[in-house]
Amino acid sequence: MNPGPDHPYLFLALLMAAAVLFALIPLALARLWAWKFAPAKAGPTKQAIYECGLESRGDAWVQFRSEYYLYALVFLIFDVEALFLLPFAVSFGGLPVGAVLAMLMFVLLLVEGLVWAWQKGVLTWK
Amino acid sequence: MDDRLRNELSRQGIFVTTFEDLYNWGRKNSLWPLGFGLACCAIEMIATSMARWDLARFGAEVFRPSPRQADLMIVAGTVTKKMAPQVVRLYNQMAEPKYVIAMGACAISGGPFKQGYNVLKGIDRFIPVDVHIPGCPPRPEALLHAFMTLQRKIDGQTLSGATRPRHLDPEAPAEFPVPDFGGRDLEPPRNPGIWRPPALPREG
Repeated sequence: MNPGPDHPYLFLALLMAAAVLFALIPLALARLWAWKFAPAKAGPTKQAIYECGLESRGDAWVQFRSEYYLYALVFLIFDVEALFLLPFAVSFGGLPVGAVLAMLMFVLLLVEGLVWAWQKGVLTWK
Repeated sequence: MDDRLRNELSRQGIFVTTFEDLYNWGRKNSLWPLGFGLACCAIEMIATSMARWDLARFGAEVFRPSPRQADLMIVAGTVTKKMAPQVVRLYNQMAEPKYVIAMGACAISGGPFKQGYNVLKGIDRFIPVDVHIPGCPPRPEALLHAFMTLQRKIDGQTLSGATRPRHLDPEAPAEFPVPDFGGRDLEPPRNPGIWRPPALPREG
């Protein structure tokens, strides 16, 4: 088949149709098989929410308090600090002055975050 | 189609099969077990799925974390009465067609804990079990043998007719009643539609 100068994109359209059929035909065959040989066996337990065999309690649409971002921030401060303080402490003896100053700067930046959280009253357990 | 014609054709290099055979061949080689264990038998089940015994040879290494994706339940271990409702509910939530292997003495009868006040005396009181494996615990070879037994069973299932399995029968029940964990026992203590205890022939 020659698409000719009038329909230069005919091949693309044919390929598109073939691609769609390629996806749809197996689905249709599976649906046909299910209709003929595999009757749907639905039931209240089967449709229920899966919770490790237990009956689910309450609603799945639980709201979380948006203030938890503060805990995430404070966690990040301590986490990153611990991550870098350990190698800092190990190689503390052999560090040049510039490295120590840079590290102090970094720690002070994190401490600033801690001071901010303290000021905000996040550290008080309510 | 009769076997002689099929043999004759296969000698000529022509392979003939039926939808039923293809369907069963695919199903029996892709049994996905539900990933859960109840007691020590589960350790043997895990060992079976690992490299030394290699359940993957049977296409069954994909232990699924959700009953929606599993079609084989291996009841591996002691079923306590507290746990039995959950096991039955998990079985109900599995997709059809589904099969059950009761692994070990506890799962088939209560085993060494049969006299215990809190032990269910066999999971086949509530759900239909396809293969029972005795042993305490059964070795991985025994579980593999149960797999092959189940595969043979699936291979022999028909797509239509009176002998078709229950998942192909629209009249067969979709779910089995989940027992309640009552004050003294499970309520009801058994499903009489499933559990048919053998009649012991007594002499004298």
